[in-house]
Amino acid sequence: MSTRLAKGGRLIDRTAPVEFTFNGKRLKGFQGDTLAAGLLANDQVMVGRSFKYHRPRGIVASGPEEPNALVNLGLGARLEPNQRTTTTELFDGLDSTSQNHWPSLEFDVGVVNNYVARFLPAGFYYKTFIHPRPFWKHVFEPIIRRSAGLGKAPTEGDADRYEQAYAFCDVLVIGAGVAGLKAAKAAADKGQRVILLEQAPTLGGRAPVDQTEVDGQPVEAWLSAMESDLAARDNVTIRTRTCGFGVYDHGYVLADERVADHTPGDGRPKHRLWRIRAGRIVSATGAIERPLSFAGNDIPGVMLAGAMRDYVVNYAVSPGDRTVVVTNNDSAYQTALALKAAGLDVPAILDARDQATGPLPEAARAAGIRVLTGKAIAKVKGAKRVTGVTVCAQAGEGAVQEEIPCEAVAMSGGWSPVVHLWSHCGGKLLWDDTISAFVPDPARPPLNHDGSAMVEVVGAASGDLTLDGKPTIPPVWVMPQGAPIAYRNKMWLDYQNDVKVSDVQLAAREGYLSVEHTKRYTTLGMATDQGKLSNINGLAILADAQGSQIPQVGTTTFRPPYTPVTIGALAGESRGEIFQPLRRTPMHEAHEAAGAYFEPVGLWRRPYCYPRAGETHEQAVHREVTNTRTNLGLLDASTLGKIIVKGPDAGRFLDMLYTGVMSTLPVGKCRYGLMCNEQGFLSDDGVVARIDEDTWLCHTTSGGADRIHAWMEDWLQCEWWDWKVYTANVTEQYAQVAVVGPNARKLLQVLGGMDVSKETLPFMQWADGTLAGFPVRVYRISFSGELSYEIAVPASHGAAFWAACQEAGKALGAMPYGTECLHVMRAEKGFIMIGDETDGTVIPQDLGLDWAISKKKADFLGKRGQERTYLANPDRWKLMGFETLDGSVVPDGAYIVAEGVNANGQRNTQGRVTSTYYSPTLKRGIAMGLLKQGPARVGEVVEFNTVAGGTVKAKVRDTVFFDKDGEKQNV
Amino acid sequence: MLILECPYCGVKAEETELSPGYEAHLKRFGPGSSPEEFEAYMFARKNPKGVHFERWRHTYGCGKWFLAARCTATLEVFGTYPAQVSEPPADIIAKIQARRPDWRPDWKDMK
Amino acid sequence: MSDPVSALNGASAQGFAAIREVGPLGMITLRAKGLKSLDKAIKAVTGTKLPAQRRIEVNGDRACGWMSPDEYLLILPYADVSAALASLAKSLAGEHYLAVDVSDARAVFRVEGDRAAEVLAKLVPVDFDRLEPGELRRSRTAQVAAAMWKQDQGFTLVCFRSVARYVFDLLANASR
Repeated sequence: MSTRLAKGGRLIDRTAPVEFTFNGKRLKGFQGDTLAAGLLANDQVMVGRSFKYHRPRGIVASGPEEPNALVNLGLGARLEPNQRTTTTELFDGLDSTSQNHWPSLEFDVGVVNNYVARFLPAGFYYKTFIHPRPFWKHVFEPIIRRSAGLGKAPTEGDADRYEQAYAFCDVLVIGAGVAGLKAAKAAADKGQRVILLEQAPTLGGRAPVDQTEVDGQPVEAWLSAMESDLAARDNVTIRTRTCGFGVYDHGYVLADERVADHTPGDGRPKHRLWRIRAGRIVSATGAIERPLSFAGNDIPGVMLAGAMRDYVVNYAVSPGDRTVVVTNNDSAYQTALALKAAGLDVPAILDARDQATGPLPEAARAAGIRVLTGKAIAKVKGAKRVTGVTVCAQAGEGAVQEEIPCEAVAMSGGWSPVVHLWSHCGGKLLWDDTISAFVPDPARPPLNHDGSAMVEVVGAASGDLTLDGKPTIPPVWVMPQGAPIAYRNKMWLDYQNDVKVSDVQLAAREGYLSVEHTKRYTTLGMATDQGKLSNINGLAILADAQGSQIPQVGTTTFRPPYTPVTIGALAGESRGEIFQPLRRTPMHEAHEAAGAYFEPVGLWRRPYCYPRAGETHEQAVHREVTNTRTNLGLLDASTLGKIIVKGPDAGRFLDMLYTGVMSTLPVGKCRYGLMCNEQGFLSDDGVVARIDEDTWLCHTTSGGADRIHAWMEDWLQCEWWDWKVYTANVTEQYAQVAVVGPNARKLLQVLGGMDVSKETLPFMQWADGTLAGFPVRVYRISFSGELSYEIAVPASHGAAFWAACQEAGKALGAMPYGTECLHVMRAEKGFIMIGDETDGTVIPQDLGLDWAISKKKADFLGKRGQERTYLANPDRWKLMGFETLDGSVVPDGAYIVAEGVNANGQRNTQGRVTSTYYSPTLKRGIAMGLLKQGPARVGEVVEFNTVAGGTVKAKVRDTVFFDKDGEKQNV
Repeated sequence: MLILECPYCGVKAEETELSPGYEAHLKRFGPGSSPEEFEAYMFARKNPKGVHFERWRHTYGCGKWFLAARCTATLEVFGTYPAQVSEPPADIIAKIQARRPDWRPDWKDMK
Repeated sequence: MSDPVSALNGASAQGFAAIREVGPLGMITLRAKGLKSLDKAIKAVTGTKLPAQRRIEVNGDRACGWMSPDEYLLILPYADVSAALASLAKSLAGEHYLAVDVSDARAVFRVEGDRAAEVLAKLVPVDFDRLEPGELRRSRTAQVAAAMWKQDQGFTLVCFRSVARYVFDLLANASR
């Protein structure tokens, strides 16, 4: 059994015991433990079930590469699935449960998959569940969905908060092992601003476990001197528990800091996502040990040799009394020596190499350990934990020579440099025959903005696996070399996704050549560990099966993130009230107090209607329309875009921007205008007011102010840069109130302060003045067909002016109205709305707006586009009005159907609805829409399709449903 | 994520402070132009793997449009310059040719 | 007429830094370039010299900031805006320029305390260690545009009025 040793453990504090639970069992550990160390110390060797076959699985690694030991961590609003026990720091009260089993870890029904494993080869799902077609949706998919997936998704909102922060440096060093520390110091010595990131809670990397000396000093002394040196410098920032997980263009790096994972609920953000911009990046990310492919290499108790060394040295955990070490390189001998030093038994070291003569093998022999060269594991014995191994010759086909009882197996198939960060932005790799691994090719680095190398790789990540440089590690991809299929069927490459040597060989036999295709077909390397352990072993098997070499097969693409990043960190502060900016008008609080129901208009929130107690939204809209048409309505129109255009060339400029002529507009008057893009399609509309000789004010749609301002600046800066025109977007300087209805003038007279009579302020004019003491600019314009004034006041008086209008309007029947009422009223009058009648493919001529397009002007934006022959086609769909024969409302989005069907068996179409409402004024449904040859078809009856199926008949007419002669607005 | 220096305000702006404006140095064709000219102006965009000239607006900064010469394959930036020119300035051309000796300007051949 | 009300009516929050809305403040957008009379026109309104690229010149409760090669932000007491516009009109008569009152189109915040820069560093992609005193930086605060500069023991930040609540909530959240 695995237990806690009585002595040792450089990272644990035996004076600080902690309690935690695993599957409800109360267990004890120490501060400084990882959850994995705590579980092993309590003999919890089996910690989960595999994804596909539900095989028992144990802890394999001691870092972020761990494929098996994932747990659900925490409870309720703090539940997080798929947390790696090997990087989770133990804290008092930690709750964890194992994943991927039912009903329990010890007894799992899904393990039946294991016994039918030979019927579940690579691509099984692709091959099997194709026919009959309907079965996929109703039978196969539900079953697969229930058995697939790893941890449980939380059902409650996250109780924790997350944040992000920007940081800048000259040199960013990722990884604080010996190489990273040295790189940080070298940069700091040059006076550069340095940030040093380390994913673990402590600095030093593998050195304290694997080394005795660094630069002639005892390793611990070297480390503590280095740490205090760096910590004392102003130009160095050290961040532990921070994983630099992605390298992006121009020195941009994302890093995830686990601020409070180990102190949950202490008020600090759980994670902090760092957005770092670095002049240069140093990747000192070390190397990851590779498993060996032998039968039963996934049985709990089989562990990477380096990881086992970590558990013994760092956490004083014994993996079992007897451990067999199996290797193709010298590093695993350190594990044997560490076990021996801890008083544990190592019955044998099985070395696949024919000779083992280095200092470490010699030390092992000197320590009395039996070293067997040219040997391999034929098979690991045991089910839920290791009970022994059978030994065979590496060169043979697995004939058993000996059986060795043991509780654990330490394996080392060599080390793969962590080249991920080098590769994220396109750094290329070389195959290194000395260490049988891919290493960064310094001649082909990822490039920075100036063409220089953006990333430098140092230490083990560059291939220098030891402080002395490169050891020789021969390739051993299958153990034994001639293993029969019965063995290859039990050799796991990808533990998490249950991909075996035999699966990759099958894919190769089926003709998969590309490594990217093989990856997706077999799912090799597609789990949450992204193939950190399986990548190279899988490539080697694929290359061998194709009769090719690893460099020719190549690697799959390394993409960020290096380790999974929780969604909360990526979202940062963008949740709840500050998920996105909401734009509020100065009257927003008054609308809230009045019970407004809001709708989004761009980022603005505008009242849709003001429902009263017991009213539906529809009833409220109808009331607002009727009241505005008979008494008085007040609309918050502050969101309307307002852009000042000034200069000697402003008139000329506006004549280019609008389809109509603005240069001739007299001072004091208003004119409606259309703007098109260069293709001639209608993009915005609004009323333009001439303020003085060289100043115009352009109103845009509510959503269009920023876009149109940018459009103006684009033409002024990039095309007509010699024209003397300045623009300013003053949208938010003014609150604007539309006073609309028969009593509109009376309200202004009650407010008092300026003459707004028909004679002094006729339709389509504006005037400055005061109303109730407020400085105002009054525009006599109408979007409803009613007598109407739009009154602009400085925004800081907006709320007060709105209140004054309400108060003074009480006796006049004033009610606020929302955007839906505005829409209904403008539709009754046949006024278009950008975004309803237009969709980026409609020219003004399609909407019967020819009157707003100048025939005299030689040029305006969109003129050439509108001259394209296909836009003159008489068959184009044109805007018309429609009245249903039964008075009903045409459904939103309905098409006007035509005779016959298209190639897909759908009804042919000849038009579509663009605006459709119930008109409370006319007490019937009204609609506008685009109809083929529309103007020639007045009086004809056409059919709109309906959501329920079938059609509704409607008579074609003009678009002005109400007050055709404009008598109501011209009073 | 790119960094481009705004030639107007000197800020080394990151991409989130900028808006892209696509290909630079387009010549506008208005009324009177042939269908071919108008089509080329509206729709025919270069998509080179290598040296490219682009429009960018310093939207979250000074609001000015500027032009950038960069390599679409390596993201190397050769330089940025004000938008009030119809061709890249000589110093930008020289910088590109120093880094990409095989590159030749193609706008002299353009219609 | 009522008194002018700033976007959040002087809201404040206290975390590891102090956040408060200031204002109403008088602000004028002045667009002009290369005018001989520009230095004098600005001096008459703010008492400062014409700021160089990306600089803000502060003179008590008045200031002039460089916003772009042809745009300046003049800051002054709210009540003095009309007089200032009149002064500019006089100084720049006959020239091509645009001066417009934007006092009510903006919200202004102060972020104060030893750790004020930390608050902004969570929201703004700017290297605050390298931001010079008197340097005006236009950038974004999370998802909206903002201009900011170091002043006294902290920073002054200007954004659009409609997003004042969003920016205040961002700053308060980041100072927790």
